[in-house]
Amino acid sequence: MGWGALFMIAIAASGINKIFNPGSDAEVVALQDVNLEVEAGEFISLIGPSGCGKSTLMRLIGDLLAPSSGELLVNGMPPHEARQRRQYGMVFQAATLYEWRSVITNVELPLEVMGYPKAERRALAQDKLRMVELADFAEHYPWQLSGGMQQRVSIARALVFDPSVLLMDEPFGALDEFTRERMNLELLKIWRQTGKTIVFVTHSISEAVFLSKRIVVMSPRPGRITEIVDNTLPYPRDFNTRSDPAYHELVAKVRDLLRDAAGTDSTGADEVE
Amino acid sequence: MTGAKAQNATAISVGLRRRLLYYFPTIAIAIAVIALWEIIVLIFNIQQFLLPRPSAIFAEFMLQVDLWLRPDERSILFDAGGATFWEAFGGFAIGCGGGILVALITSRWTIVSEATMPFAIAANSVPIIAFAPIMNNWFGITNPASKMAIVSIIVFFPTMINTVRGLTLVDLNQLELMHSYAATPAHIMFKLRLKNALPYIFSALRVASALSLVGAVVAEFFGGPRATLGVYITQEASAFDFAKAWTAIMLASLIGISFYLVVLIAERRLMPWHVSFREAD
Repeated sequence: MGWGALFMIAIAASGINKIFNPGSDAEVVALQDVNLEVEAGEFISLIGPSGCGKSTLMRLIGDLLAPSSGELLVNGMPPHEARQRRQYGMVFQAATLYEWRSVITNVELPLEVMGYPKAERRALAQDKLRMVELADFAEHYPWQLSGGMQQRVSIARALVFDPSVLLMDEPFGALDEFTRERMNLELLKIWRQTGKTIVFVTHSISEAVFLSKRIVVMSPRPGRITEIVDNTLPYPRDFNTRSDPAYHELVAKVRDLLRDAAGTDSTGADEVE
Repeated sequence: MTGAKAQNATAISVGLRRRLLYYFPTIAIAIAVIALWEIIVLIFNIQQFLLPRPSAIFAEFMLQVDLWLRPDERSILFDAGGATFWEAFGGFAIGCGGGILVALITSRWTIVSEATMPFAIAANSVPIIAFAPIMNNWFGITNPASKMAIVSIIVFFPTMINTVRGLTLVDLNQLELMHSYAATPAHIMFKLRLKNALPYIFSALRVASALSLVGAVVAEFFGGPRATLGVYITQEASAFDFAKAWTAIMLASLIGISFYLVVLIAERRLMPWHVSFREAD
């Protein structure tokens, strides 16, 4: 294995364990022996029932939490260093826009923190607002926008400083079905334009299959990876993808895997719908 | 152009009418209460010293306004109003400023703010006005500093408690975002925590504006210079000149309401985004 192969890997996790409140009555094994490699520019989904540790894994990658043991590298660096070098764009389920800022100044926020000059901030933010088709709403305030529009602002904000990894924690979970499908299409378009590595946490099987190149299926108690499913559906994907028989096969396969994963756990057999 | 202008004018008159309609019940109730007061005093022939008629109070008030407006005369009432206002305002500025400052410093260290909060909450439940005689001894009974001290202690605790809450009750995801930008503590404080605290701070300032005037007047009941509202009220009341005492109460109310409104206007100016100021579509 040479250096070239090393640099193609965006995220490398080996033997990751995360235990909350170790040694106390409230001890929870959130992640057990997680091994995962994500290629640079790959779109990967983490899916599983609640408590399977998918958000925890995302937070470990983004250095919002530290692993209890194991090795984690992001672009060849420890996550802490990657965070200091502003490699992470983050999008949460709630748009978490600052309500006292207009749309454009919300998008400028990371650039302000990073000390970009004013003119450059404005230009970069306008550019990203155009990308999410919200240039006309630059001077609006977040409360004047719909949920889907707010989430698009949040994506523009995550991309404005050109991080290499986009971490998304159920970003469309609070949106209605129709808006969610539109946002999925837009996200694929953005991914194609920017070539970012995307780690996408979701509990929607259809969303995971529609979006990602690989689907990481996880199961709870203790949180672990049960299977990584390769998704061979060709890109670009569009509305027709959802009527492709191969799409439905994959959805059924992931559903079965999730059911099996829940079945191995005697206490939680009824949790997956 | 003219069409847009005309439309604009209609929009303004519609807004004005809506606002008048909105405040109409309030104004109607105020007028009804004053009228009822006047009629009851007349019908039951209540003695002046028990309850003067509103018209008598108003006449006495206008007399004082007239004195105040003459360059060669003095109105003790308005001198008293000015003196009490400065005591209240001085105490408000010192107490609220101190409360915000202490909150900023302690919230920098979670342990310190968590350790001080129970004391602040306990101190907030103490009837601080009971210290007024002690402050009179410390600073001198005629020194306005004795009243300012009481007022500033009264407003300090609610302001500090609310500011600490606003600085610490920040959405976790918003903090995580700041961490993902590798933001410095100063950025997190000024771009996130302080903005998040503004609504909490202003709700404290609104309460403090009312408390500060109450504190100043009640502290003056324990003694002070002749030209202060608290002393004016106690002296005129004991001289059975109730119309005069009531004009002082009226002036205190006017100052208190104006003070509150000034804080409210500042709030709207400084945080126009806030949910409570959004006009319904």
